[in-house]
Amino acid sequence: MGDGKKIISLADNHILLWDLQESSSQAVLASSASLEGKGQLRFTSGRWSPHHNCTQVATASDTTLRGWDTRSMSQIYCIENAHGQLVRDLDFNPNKQYYLASCGDDCKVKFWDTRNVTEPVKTLEEHSHWVWNVRYNHSHDQLVLTGSSDSRVILSNMVSISSEPFGHLVDDDDISDQEDHRSEEKSKEPLQDNVIATYEEHEDSVYAVDWSSADPWLFASLSYDGRLVINRVPRALKYHILL
Amino acid sequence: MAAAATAGSSPGSGPGDSPEGPEAEAPERRRKAHGMLKLYYGLSEGEGAGRPSGPDPLDPTDLNGAHFDPEVYLDKLRRECPLAQLMDSETDMVRQIRALDSDMQTLVYENYNKFISATDTIRKMKNDFRKMEDEMDRLATNMAVITDFSARISATLQDRHERITKLAGVHALLRKLQFLFELPSRLTKCVELGAYGQAVRYQGRAQAVLQQYQHLPSFRAIQDDCQVITARLAQQLRQRFREGGSGAPEQAECVELLLALGEPAEELCEEFLAHARGRLEEELRSLEAELGPSPPAPDVLEFTDHGGSGFVGGLCHVAAAYQELFAAQGPAGAEKLAAFAQELGSRYFALVERRLAQEQGGGDNSLLVRALDRFHRRLRAPGALLAAAGLADAATEIVERVARERLGHHLQGLRAAFLGCLTDVRQALAAPRMAGKEGPGLAELLANVASSILSHIKASLAAVHLFTAKEVSFSNKPYFRGEFCSQGVREGLIVGFVRSMCQTAQSFCDSPGEKGGATPPALLLLLSRLCLDYETATISYILTLTDEQFLVQDQSPVTPVSTLCAEARETARRLLTHYVKVQGLVISQMLRKSVETRDWLSTLEPRNVRAVMKRVVEDTTAIDVQVGLLYEEGVRKAQSSDSSKRTFSVYSSSRQQGRYAPSYTPSAPMDTNLLSNIQKLFSERIDVFSPVEFNKVSVLTGIIKISLKTLLECVRLRTFGRFGLQQVQVDCHFLQLYLWRFVADEELVHLLLDEVVASAALRCPDPVPMEPSVVEVICERG
Repeated sequence: MGDGKKIISLADNHILLWDLQESSSQAVLASSASLEGKGQLRFTSGRWSPHHNCTQVATASDTTLRGWDTRSMSQIYCIENAHGQLVRDLDFNPNKQYYLASCGDDCKVKFWDTRNVTEPVKTLEEHSHWVWNVRYNHSHDQLVLTGSSDSRVILSNMVSISSEPFGHLVDDDDISDQEDHRSEEKSKEPLQDNVIATYEEHEDSVYAVDWSSADPWLFASLSYDGRLVINRVPRALKYHILL
Repeated sequence: MAAAATAGSSPGSGPGDSPEGPEAEAPERRRKAHGMLKLYYGLSEGEGAGRPSGPDPLDPTDLNGAHFDPEVYLDKLRRECPLAQLMDSETDMVRQIRALDSDMQTLVYENYNKFISATDTIRKMKNDFRKMEDEMDRLATNMAVITDFSARISATLQDRHERITKLAGVHALLRKLQFLFELPSRLTKCVELGAYGQAVRYQGRAQAVLQQYQHLPSFRAIQDDCQVITARLAQQLRQRFREGGSGAPEQAECVELLLALGEPAEELCEEFLAHARGRLEEELRSLEAELGPSPPAPDVLEFTDHGGSGFVGGLCHVAAAYQELFAAQGPAGAEKLAAFAQELGSRYFALVERRLAQEQGGGDNSLLVRALDRFHRRLRAPGALLAAAGLADAATEIVERVARERLGHHLQGLRAAFLGCLTDVRQALAAPRMAGKEGPGLAELLANVASSILSHIKASLAAVHLFTAKEVSFSNKPYFRGEFCSQGVREGLIVGFVRSMCQTAQSFCDSPGEKGGATPPALLLLLSRLCLDYETATISYILTLTDEQFLVQDQSPVTPVSTLCAEARETARRLLTHYVKVQGLVISQMLRKSVETRDWLSTLEPRNVRAVMKRVVEDTTAIDVQVGLLYEEGVRKAQSSDSSKRTFSVYSSSRQQGRYAPSYTPSAPMDTNLLSNIQKLFSERIDVFSPVEFNKVSVLTGIIKISLKTLLECVRLRTFGRFGLQQVQVDCHFLQLYLWRFVADEELVHLLLDEVVASAALRCPDPVPMEPSVVEVICERG
């Protein structure tokens, strides 16, 4: 995992920060930090934060989420008991710097504000087994994709905690359209924060989901039986978001 | 008669085929005559006393109506009816006319004799009247003579009569004068003797006369004397009044006399009230002293008794006396009294409330109710006297408030009892654990909890029921008849309690109990069963009991039994689901640790079933026993035959082999996928954390599903050596041997375990399965 010239690797209970040197093909270990505690602690997952000039990393270990500052390699925040059981994955909101989503073995997807680690901003409980993967859409962060070992992929619309403002911003140009927009918003308001679609094409546990980096409306999911399913955000929703 | 006549008139004005010639004169006159006759008989035009069902008496086309207009009728007929119907109606009418004619003739014949006798009678009456006239004339002359005589007599007696009248007048005057002259001495004597009443009465009688004749010197003297004496009298009275020690009735007497002496009523009234206030305040002080800062010595009943007899009685006396004395004062006086009563009353109420508040924490409801009853009853008397002061209302309000607080108190009590029960259960659950025995009496505990809660509820109901007892004076107030029963007791107490119970139970699901350690699973199970019991029987029982006891008459909407039941059921379901999750989590943690911590690549050839698997089976059996204590068996799929061995041998030898054989040859990995996929197409999707039903099998199925799914997922994350795979195979077979009996559909267990083995095989670089026979031997040995 990395960005530019740096790479982070997670090994059992260590975070290793590697420096990729352009001249040579070698990577030099720049710094490392380790997690200490009772029992055998292992990192299950980690992500770069796309904000703060990529100086932050968040990791998940057992039921705890931790944020790290890569400059000092020290812990900056810690969400204890983020999930009832193992935390499987996490993802940063690409547009809101303090928001991150996590998922775990308690079938839940939780959204956190890292400034307030005592309770989640929002909790989704749609899956019926472990949630293995959670991904924000790169450009429309209200779209959240989750994959679970109940062999379902769920696409949810989390408008209330996305960077997208409620309703639409009214540009100066389309003041004339204002009226239409208003009525439109009103009719669409109740649709917010819901599950858009549940994809049940997979016959076995889904272990990975991700968005296409080319087309923001495309996503793929991979399941144990080797099936890769590519889906598209429903057209109606797409237009609703765009227009 | 009128009807017959009207009917008779119609042929007269008909098309002219009437046989009765004399009726040729204008029909107007006849109608007029009819009108007058009707008027005479009180049959007003439209009233139709004889015709009950005249649709519209003014309808001109109504043949029998008073306003029948032949022209309109004919017009209508001609316009509306076809020819045939016209003919029909014509013949019909002719027939009717004939019938009427013959009717009339028979009527005339029948009544002929009566007419004749009537004529005779009238003739005889004429003769008699002539005789009577003569006699009346004679009477008139006699009367005139009598009048004459009487006038003459009265004229002669006039003189003497006048003289007698004058004499009588003089005599009366003399007696009055005598009384007046004697008055001062009498008054003094009265005052000396203390017969103030008598004195005041004399004074009252003489006053007017003296006032009138005060220009005469002799009368003047008398009046002066009288005034002096009266002043003295008034002074004495006032003094007595002010001393005030002699109690309310005597004071009242004093005031009455003073009033009669013409003292200013306003001032007296003020003074009277001030005195009364002094006395009542003393009562209040004594009550307050009783209340005291120290713990109340007398019980509440005594307190209210004291207050009732002392204060309320005093207030009653004062009010009665006041109204008697100052009735003349009109509304202003009444207002003054009302204000007075209100002020003191509110102070009294404040005291009573303080006392009752002290009682609030206490337990004895019957005493409280009796005290309230006394209090309320006492206040009804002045309430009648002082409607304006609203004392009775205020008292009722206090009683209501106390009742409401009581309800709240009981609800609190019930909740506390429930929580207490839960704590007991926790302890009881914890204790045997420590002793090493597995919860022996879960069912007993449940029964204990249920019965203790029920008895608490009943006790509360009984206690609250006292408020509505027949003999309690406030029980027939509308509040106690309606709102108290339905809103207070039924909704507030019972429904509120059941709801809060459900909430408490649900909080066990939501609380950080996610971590598993907070609530013992057995408690979850027990609560779930308790809620279910409530849903099936207890709620309806309690509500019926309440409705019966309180005869809820209020029409306000109440929570129906079904809603509560649904809530309870939901709670039970959530608890049970949570139980399944917690237990499943425990087992799956065990499995996960066992899979994750082991180095599967370098294990030795399996000789034994791993201890973890045995532990899993043991735990599952324990859970089975635990759940079996509280929940029924439930339905299994029919395919589970009684002999496990046979099923398994068949299964493992034929099917398992058939399935795995190709998959273990590395040449055909696609086939496995295909096979498993095809198989999955025909099997239903396994919903792992699906809600459970209320029976043992369903609960265990849920737990096992969760555990096995975990095992599956964990296995998929590891890489296995050959012996690792074989170990998994052995373990799975072992689980198969023992777990099938717990679940509703053993196919499910098979399916999941197959998955596990298949996954392990896929994660194995060197998949060489063990001989099924060897597996069996190992498992049987384990």
